[in-house]
Amino acid sequence: MRSLFTILIALRALRRNKLRSVLTGLGIIIGVGAVIAMVSIGNGAKAQVESQVASLGQNVITVFSGNFTSGGMRGGWGSAPTLTVEDATAIATELSSVVGVSPEVRDRNQILANGLNWNTQVLGVGPDYPSIRSWTFAEGTVFTDQDVRSVGKVAVIGKTVADQLFPNQDPIGQTIRIRNIPFTIVGLLAPKGFNLFGQDQDDIVLVPYTSHMKRLSRRTHLNSILVQAVNAASIERAQQEINALLSQRRGNREPDFTVRTQLELAQTATATTRTMTVFLGFTAGISLLVGGIGIMNIMLVSVTERTREIGIRLAVGAHGRDVLLQFVVEAVLLSSVGGILGILIGVGASEVVRRFVGWPVLVSPFWVILSFGVSAVVGLFFGYYPARKAARLDPIDALRYE
Amino acid sequence: MASVVQLTDIQKIYDSGEVKVHAVRGVSLEIHRGEFIAIMGSSGSGKSTLMNTLGCLDRPTSGTYLLDGIDVSKLDRNALADLRNEKLGFVFQGFNLLARTTALENVELPMLYGRRRVSHREMRDRAMHALEIVGLGKRADHFPSQLSGGQQQRVAIARALVNQPQVLLADEPTGNLDSKTSVEVMGVFQKLNDSGITIVMVTHELDIAQFCKRNLIMRDGRIVSDVQVANRSRAEVEMQKILAAESQAKLIDHA
Repeated sequence: MRSLFTILIALRALRRNKLRSVLTGLGIIIGVGAVIAMVSIGNGAKAQVESQVASLGQNVITVFSGNFTSGGMRGGWGSAPTLTVEDATAIATELSSVVGVSPEVRDRNQILANGLNWNTQVLGVGPDYPSIRSWTFAEGTVFTDQDVRSVGKVAVIGKTVADQLFPNQDPIGQTIRIRNIPFTIVGLLAPKGFNLFGQDQDDIVLVPYTSHMKRLSRRTHLNSILVQAVNAASIERAQQEINALLSQRRGNREPDFTVRTQLELAQTATATTRTMTVFLGFTAGISLLVGGIGIMNIMLVSVTERTREIGIRLAVGAHGRDVLLQFVVEAVLLSSVGGILGILIGVGASEVVRRFVGWPVLVSPFWVILSFGVSAVVGLFFGYYPARKAARLDPIDALRYE
Repeated sequence: MASVVQLTDIQKIYDSGEVKVHAVRGVSLEIHRGEFIAIMGSSGSGKSTLMNTLGCLDRPTSGTYLLDGIDVSKLDRNALADLRNEKLGFVFQGFNLLARTTALENVELPMLYGRRRVSHREMRDRAMHALEIVGLGKRADHFPSQLSGGQQQRVAIARALVNQPQVLLADEPTGNLDSKTSVEVMGVFQKLNDSGITIVMVTHELDIAQFCKRNLIMRDGRIVSDVQVANRSRAEVEMQKILAAESQAKLIDHA
């Protein structure tokens, strides 16, 4: 009952000083607003990077062939002719932690079709390739194992290639010529956009790796092998197993391959944005702290200014505890109402940034709840000292205070 | 008559470091229900200290104080606060109303700190009733800044009355008021006293003390005079005199 009245008293006191209440709360409003907006922007950037990493495929492991050294000249990863189709087959058949395997052979070619031509990357892959890279089809589907075995002249094209060679036409069933060999288009990939490195992922033609090796590039070795692990948890195990299997197949010669996982890439990419989010959140957190100090400052001034009021309250029967509670409640009300307004402003600012600046933002409920909680605690913490000061006043001195 | 206040050999010593100030040196006093007392004395005579003791704002260094039968000297800070809330009403020289708070809310204040549970509605009704007693029923929603000094003091009196106290304590209640308003406020006190409320006030104006029934004079921490007022002033009569004098002054102005 008494504490209910205390809340009423605190509300009346705040209402009596509307302008000061608003100005005091402003520190918290700006602090919380800044936290929400900054973290939302940081999280938005992180989510974007994560979705780009995810566009590389799910739980993907890549085996690159080793570097090629000739007369002291060292090539980069993938330059040595060391990975074979048999390696890929062995990984697919012998390892249980692996659900999909696709060899990769790549080169660039000039492609002719429809009286137009276009230079693009031609990738020789297996039928698992689109699913490993979580790539869906806009139309048609991927070629089959049968096509791989029969060295079929079939192709899947990306959105960019389709736009360049078949503007306003359905490319399915049409023919493209690569190195003057006609390939029939069986599938059109759904657009994936640009990857982390700014490359257009849709500027691509997929053909069976057998066709690539025997008809186009006339290579006998693979550039890389794309492997999909069963799940995220088994990526590391799969990586070790692949290492072991390939080393064993090479009779313990010095390894001429390297196994990379998507995890490593994802970690590097998200580490940057995480740093940014923490940094932004930290900066905004400081402004929240400053807001709290602002509240303490005003509450201290308020206690001095309202000494007489406190004296009157004590004279008519308020206990020290009632006065303490009143000032603490005032501070907490100020800061938590400020917190709510700050959340609204922060969410609003994030929305403005998303709509007018075009940055991706992600308002996280966790941070909304956290910053509200922090603002209430800030009020409690910074309101307590002034409140205790008020509660300890002697009624006679307080009444005489001028 | 039952005694509502009983002071026995009250001493109050302020110990401010090197110098010990003996503010009250052995005051014994009995106040009965329905009395109307003025305590007078020059500054430093100990009347304010005695008033603070009576008001349970301060505890005596020695001696006993029975308020309505309760020994005040042994109570702690919170118990004193409850006692002030239930048994005492305060009126101050500077009115001491909460600014930017309506008259009604000011009068409600003591009920917010009561030990007894009071509903919102009852609080309002009682505050309203107290305001009507002091003749300010129509000003309930006015802020102190919208009221004259006399009206503000009447709001303060209503606030002191609202918990039906045993004793109304007034510390120089007319000190900030002109003579006409002082008479008006004293009229309110007389009316309340006539209805049976015990009033103790501090004043240093002799003519104001004449409105009371009993006058105490303090000097150097002791009561040196304790007399019943013989020719007691009545507020209505004094007001008539003032009004007559005013109209006389106006006639002269016109002439």
